Amino acid sequence: MATHATPRWETFSHGADIGVRGFGPTREQAFEAAALALTGVITDPAQVRPSQRVEIACAGADEELLLYAWLNALITQMALRGMLFSRFEVSIAADALTGAAWGEPIDVARHRPAVEAKGATFTELRVRPGADGEWVAQCVIDV
Amino acid sequence: MDLAQLRQRSAAEWEIPVQGGMRVPVVLYGSRQLLLDMDEKVREQACNVACLPGILQGSFVMPDGHWGYGFPIGGVAAFDPEEGVVSAGGVGFDISCGVRCLLLRVTAEDVRARREALAEALAGSIPAGVGSRSKLLVAGHVMDAMLRGGARWAVEHGYGRLEDLGRIEENGCHPHARPEFVSAVAKQRQEREVGTLGSGNHYLEVQRVGRIDAPALAAAFELREGDAVLSIHCGSRGMGHQIGTDFLARMAVDAGRRGLALPDRELACAPVGSELGQEYLGAMRAAVNCALANRQVLTHFVRQVFAHVLPEASVELLFDVSHNTCKEEEHVVAGRLRKVFVHRKGATRAFPPGHASLPSPLRGHGQPVLIGGSMGTGSYVLAGAAGNDQRAFSSACHGAGRSMSRHQALRRWRGQELVRELAERGILIRSPSMRGVAEEAPGAYKDLQAVVDAAEEAGLARKVARLEPMICIKG
Repeated sequence: MATHATPRWETFSHGADIGVRGFGPTREQAFEAAALALTGVITDPAQVRPSQRVEIACAGADEELLLYAWLNALITQMALRGMLFSRFEVSIAADALTGAAWGEPIDVARHRPAVEAKGATFTELRVRPGADGEWVAQCVIDV
Repeated sequence: MDLAQLRQRSAAEWEIPVQGGMRVPVVLYGSRQLLLDMDEKVREQACNVACLPGILQGSFVMPDGHWGYGFPIGGVAAFDPEEGVVSAGGVGFDISCGVRCLLLRVTAEDVRARREALAEALAGSIPAGVGSRSKLLVAGHVMDAMLRGGARWAVEHGYGRLEDLGRIEENGCHPHARPEFVSAVAKQRQEREVGTLGSGNHYLEVQRVGRIDAPALAAAFELREGDAVLSIHCGSRGMGHQIGTDFLARMAVDAGRRGLALPDRELACAPVGSELGQEYLGAMRAAVNCALANRQVLTHFVRQVFAHVLPEASVELLFDVSHNTCKEEEHVVAGRLRKVFVHRKGATRAFPPGHASLPSPLRGHGQPVLIGGSMGTGSYVLAGAAGNDQRAFSSACHGAGRSMSRHQALRRWRGQELVRELAERGILIRSPSMRGVAEEAPGAYKDLQAVVDAAEEAGLARKVARLEPMICIKG
């Protein structure tokens, strides 16, 4: 089975809403890739300049609740700061995540944001390594 | 959905009998075709809801039901105050999202004559879409006053008229809101969002009253064919989203501690009488007031636009109704009038004629039920049907529901082309995001007519009038 050396992301369909899925050689990189997918729900991440750094810290009783907390922390920061993010860094120790997100203020003319993320949900919420050791981190986003 | 496991009770009512861990049957409303088109996940989710402690009578699914979060969207479930639960997932992330319909007292022709100017003025005055900010800053003790007062707070601060309040559920103010249970982050998220429309399927639309289905009801609602109305669909904005997020996580952890076996983590809930249950209810009611204040402030902006562009219009409320809520109501259960906690997730309260909570001009006719459609195909006004208190706790559908994912819609349509096609049909679209327009393409939604026909056939609500879009502001 092929091993993917680099993180990647995709979105997937869910009824009225949309799912985000990150892949990576480590759990942390899968979380970072899922965050990029979250930006992909709203706009093209390539259009977002990683010029400002925002610190993020959150906790979750298990890996899946930690992904839920991470994506929701990003949604909260996007809303509070009026920003979009395109680069992420995650460290996980036990049930705590510390990390950072780099981005810039929303520029409606340039980013053409399609939709606002209301919240990450428990639906299709999964964090697990695949048979080839590649980690997958995913859930549906309510938009 | 596979109909093999369903027992048909009548033309538009179907039952899944109690099985496994279910405490009550599932009751689905809809035509055979609507049910065939429903996702299998709707059946699964409705059966899961039927397993929750203290659920009463049934786990109900409206004709526009689709796959949701824990609860199906279009789901209705009522719980006993002593033995039942309250569920953040059963209300959803956009707490008290709803529709307000405003009578303009001018004709669609009057609007048509000024439609370009109106579209521009509305687009310029209504903050819509990602990154938009309100002209109002609501913070500190003012935020808490807004969360306690709802639309009443807005009117007291000059955003509307006293007579507006009688045309809003709970007279515009949920009396038991507890702002102290709303997190600081949720309040911070809302500081610049009172008086904003949001994005996704939220809209502000000027509409022509089209075909009248029930002339006497339409007369009571002051709807005449050819008149113009304006509808606003939005909710509690960032505050509701954050409260939903905060409490869903807390309820998931709490359910684990209590040893509550949930078939789906998204069904996370807490006993109504528990500390967490009471905190959620207090915070959720604050979000209900936030949504009511939001739609009231947007109404004020609409009035300012019409005073300037079409001053002969008189912008008056027909009604304001929410479709993502949990409300304490009195219903007859097993022959006894009792208090219950009714969750409506993507379902509209639809009180029947004679209900005491309705304002006197509407009381004899039933509660207006405002159904949002898509920007190209129109919306509907229904009225709560007599006898519906024996069906789904007096509830009805809330919209058309999507038939196609956002992915599929994006592959199929381009926003600019849709805007041009709709303009050729006399419908003006104003939106900061053409991708957003494509994701909300009219063809991505189910046939609204089939949904409202089924709601009437099932005895949930009566069709009153169809509303045809003229100008649509989308986020």
